[in-house]
Amino acid sequence: MRRSTLAVQVGVLARRSVVRTLRQPAMVVPSLVFPLILLAINASGLDSATRLPGFPTDSYFQFALAIPFVQGALFSANSAGTNVASDIESGFLNRLALTPLRRVALMMGQLAGILALGLIQAVTFVVIGVAFGSGIAAGVSGALVIIALSLVISLAFGCIGAFVALRTGSGEAVQGVFPLFFAALFLSSMALPRNLIETDWFRTVADWNPVSYMLEAIRSLVISGWDGEALALGFACAGGLALIALVAASSALRTQMVRT
Amino acid sequence: MSRGGFWSVARAVAWRNIHSFFTNPAIAIPALLLPMFFFTAFAGGLSRVDQVPGFDYGAGYTTFIYGFVLLQASTFAGIFTGFSVARDFESGFSRRLFLAAQRHGGIVAGYWLAALTRAIFTVAVITAVALIAGLDVNGNLFDLVGLYALVLLVNAAAMLFGTGIAMRLRTMQAGPAMQVPAFLLLFLAPVWVPYDLLTGWVQTAASFNPITLVLEAGRGFLAGDPTEVLPAFGAVLLLVAVTVLWARGGLHSAERAA
Amino acid sequence: MSEAAIEATDLVRDFKKGPRAVDGIDLRVEAGEVYGFLGPNGAGKSTTVHMLTTLLPPTSGTARVGGHDVVEEGPAVRATIGAALQEAALDPFLTGTEHMKLQTALHGMRRAEAKSRSGELLARVGLTQAADRKVGGYSGGMKRRLDLALALVHEPRILFLDEPTTGLDPQSRSALWDEVQRLASDSGVTVFLTTQYLEEADVLADRIGIIDQGRIVAEGTPAELKAEISRPTLEIIPAEHGELARTREVLARFGEPANSSPKGAAVLLSEGEAQLADVVRALDADGIHLQHLQLHAPTLDDVFLAKTGRSLEGAAEEEAEQPDPEQAAAA
Ligand SMILES: Nc1ncnc2c1ncn2[C@@H]1O[C@H](COP(=O)(O)OP(=O)(O)O)[C@@H](O)[C@H]1O
Ligand SMILES: [Mg+2]
Repeated sequence: MRRSTLAVQVGVLARRSVVRTLRQPAMVVPSLVFPLILLAINASGLDSATRLPGFPTDSYFQFALAIPFVQGALFSANSAGTNVASDIESGFLNRLALTPLRRVALMMGQLAGILALGLIQAVTFVVIGVAFGSGIAAGVSGALVIIALSLVISLAFGCIGAFVALRTGSGEAVQGVFPLFFAALFLSSMALPRNLIETDWFRTVADWNPVSYMLEAIRSLVISGWDGEALALGFACAGGLALIALVAASSALRTQMVRT
Repeated sequence: MSRGGFWSVARAVAWRNIHSFFTNPAIAIPALLLPMFFFTAFAGGLSRVDQVPGFDYGAGYTTFIYGFVLLQASTFAGIFTGFSVARDFESGFSRRLFLAAQRHGGIVAGYWLAALTRAIFTVAVITAVALIAGLDVNGNLFDLVGLYALVLLVNAAAMLFGTGIAMRLRTMQAGPAMQVPAFLLLFLAPVWVPYDLLTGWVQTAASFNPITLVLEAGRGFLAGDPTEVLPAFGAVLLLVAVTVLWARGGLHSAERAA
Repeated sequence: MSEAAIEATDLVRDFKKGPRAVDGIDLRVEAGEVYGFLGPNGAGKSTTVHMLTTLLPPTSGTARVGGHDVVEEGPAVRATIGAALQEAALDPFLTGTEHMKLQTALHGMRRAEAKSRSGELLARVGLTQAADRKVGGYSGGMKRRLDLALALVHEPRILFLDEPTTGLDPQSRSALWDEVQRLASDSGVTVFLTTQYLEEADVLADRIGIIDQGRIVAEGTPAELKAEISRPTLEIIPAEHGELARTREVLARFGEPANSSPKGAAVLLSEGEAQLADVVRALDADGIHLQHLQLHAPTLDDVFLAKTGRSLEGAAEEEAEQPDPEQAAAA
C-alpha cells in the first residue's frame, strides 16, 4: 500500500474541517450576525463621537467598520476550539492517530477550516461596509489587504482556540475563554482612537493590546488610505500572535496525540 | 388555601434559587462580570465622549454610564433568574414543585424574590466598584429611592419576561430567546450619549423604547435633577403589568404540561 | 514456535491522577485467534488496548503486535492493525461515505481503489442505504458498524475491538457478532476483543483473559475456565412429591448433592454434562416420572466470582436469562 502524501493528508483534513464548519449554521450565522448587529448599534449610537476634536472621520460607521473583522475572528477561535475539543472528547483524534497521518497535516487541515470561515466573514463585512456607504480609502486593493489581514487575525485567534482545546481537551474550557477574548476587544481602541481615550489606565491597556493595532491597520485602509506604519504594526501583531499560537497549539498537539 | 401556603411555596423556591446562586460560581460570576465589564469598558474607554458639543450631563461620564450599567445589571439579574427557571424544568425539579405546591402563583413569587435578591447583590457590588472608580452622586435620599425603585421594577419585569419564556419552552435552549430581546432593548437606548445626540435608526428605535425613559429618569435622579419621573414610572409599571400577564400565561402553559 | 500476533510482557500503565490502570499484564494471542478480554468497568481494558495500538506509551513492560514493538515501531504496528475503540468516534456532521473517503485517503489508497473498497465495506456492514446520511442521525448499532468498516479499510491482519457492543440492542449485538465471526473464520483476522459481557466472550472468543483491577486473574478457553471452577449442577423435580426421597437416592449415585428448590433434588455432576443421559436412564429404570429437569452450566461469572471474590457487574443473574446489555450498562 502506498503511503499518503502530506498534500493528500492536508487536503482531506482541510476538506473535512471546512465541510464540518459549514454544516453547523449555529457556528457560522452568529459569527456574521452578532458583529453586524453590534456595528449597526454602535454606528448610530455613537455617531456623535465623531464631533470630538481630532476624530479621524465624520462617519462613526466608517470608524467602527474595523471591529467586525476582529470580532468575527473571536468567533473563529470559538469554533476552531470547539471543533478540536469535540474531536478529542469523542475520540476522533484517536481514530486519526491510528492512520499514517502526520501531525503537521492535522494542524494545517484545521487551519483551513478557520480560514474558510474567516474568508466568508471578511468578504461579508467588506461588502456590507461598502454597501452601507463606507468607502474604502485604499480602494479595491485596500479591500483585498483588509481581507488578507483579517485572515491572519482569524488564524491567530483560531490557533488560540485550538491551543486551549488541545491543552485542556474540553469544550467547556473553550467556552470559558470566549469572554476573555471579548474583554481583549473591548479594552482596545475599539470605540475611540487611542489619542482620544481619556482614562490613563485604559489608554495604557489599549497601547499594549495587540487588538488595537489590528483594528488600526484595517481602519487606516478604510479611512485614510495606505499607511505603511499602521499596516506593518497590524500585520506584525496579527502575524506574531498567529505564530506564537500556532507553535503553542502544535506543542499541545504533541502532548495530546502521544502515539509512539 | 391560605396566603401562608402561597408564601411558604415562594420562600422555598426563593431559598433554593438563592442558595444555588451563591454557592455556584458558574452562575454567580458571569452575572457579576458582565455589568462590571460594561462599566469598565464604557466608563474607562469612552469618557472623552462627554466633551462632544451638546453633551449636557452634570454628574460626569462615570455616573452617566453607571446609570446604564445599573439597569443592565438588574435586567440581567432578572433574565438569569429566567435561566434558572428553565434549568429547573430541565432537571425535573419544577415537575415535583408543581405537583407539591397548591398555589402555583407562589412559585413565580419565589422566583421573583430570588431575582430581587440577585439584583440587590449585583447592584451593591457594581455600586461599590463605581464608587471606587469615581462615581459622583448628586441626588438626595428621595432621588436615590426613586432610582433604585425604578431599577428593581425593571428587574421584576425582566424576571417575569424570562420566566414566561422559560415556562413555555421549558428548556435551557430558551436562553437566547430571553437574552437577545433584553440586550436589544438595553442597547437601543441612549447608552453612551444623551438621547439628543443619537442619530439614525437607533434614535428612532430609542424614541419608542420604554428603557429610554427609565434611563433618562435614572440619570436625572443620580444628577439630583429629576426628569421624566412620572413617564418613567408609568412606562416601567406598564412593563411590569404586561410581563405579569405574560408570566401568568407561561404558568398556565406549564401547568397544562405538568 | 512461530511469532504471536500479540504478545505483551509485564505491561504496566500508571496515570498521574489515578490508579495503576494496568498492573503487569502478560498476554499471548496467536495469529487467527479471537481473544476475549473480559472485565468489569474500570478494569483496565481500554488502557491495555490503547497501549497495544500505540496510542498510549506503557509506563513499563514491552509489547509486540504483528511482530513489531509498540514503542519502537509505532508506524509499523499501526499499518498492521485496525481498531474500533470504545467511543465509536465519528464526526456527526459527516456522512458515512465521507468518513470512508477520509479514512481511505489517509491510508494512501488510490481514488478508484478507495471507492470500490468503501462500497464493498459499507455493503458488508449493511450501511449502503445510509451511506450518504450524516452520521449524527445514525443509531448506536449503525455507528458501531461504520466504525468497524472504517477499521477494516486497509485490510489489517489484527483487529482491536474495544467493547464493540456495549449499549447496543440485542439485534445489533448479534449482527456485530456475526460480522466478527465472519472476519475471523473467512479472512483469518486476529481479533482482540474487550467486553463486559460474559455471553459475548463465551460466544465469540477462542480464548478468554479475565482482567480485574489491572491484572489478568484467569485465562483459558471458555470451556477450560468453566471446568476449572465447577461442574454443572443437575436439578430434578419429580412429577409426584412422594418420589422426592427416591429421586435423591438415584441422584446420589452421580455426584455430591447440591442445593435445590424445596420440590426438587440436585446433584453436582462429578463427570460433567456427559452424565445427563445416564441420570435420565437411571431415573426411568426406577420408574420415576419427571416434571422438570434443569442443567445449570457453570458460568464465567462463577469463574469471576471464584477468582476475585466479587460478582461481575450487572451479570450476576444466571446465564440462561441473558442479561440485557442496556440494563447491565446502567447497573
Ligand atoms: N487518562 C486517564 N487518566 C487517569 N486515569 C485514567 C485515565 N484513563 C483511565 N484511567 C483509569 O484507569 C482505570 C482503567 O480504565 P480503563 O482502561 O478505561 O478501564 P475499562 O476500559 O476496563 O473500563 C480506571 O480506574 C480509570 O479511571
Ligand atoms: Mg473501556
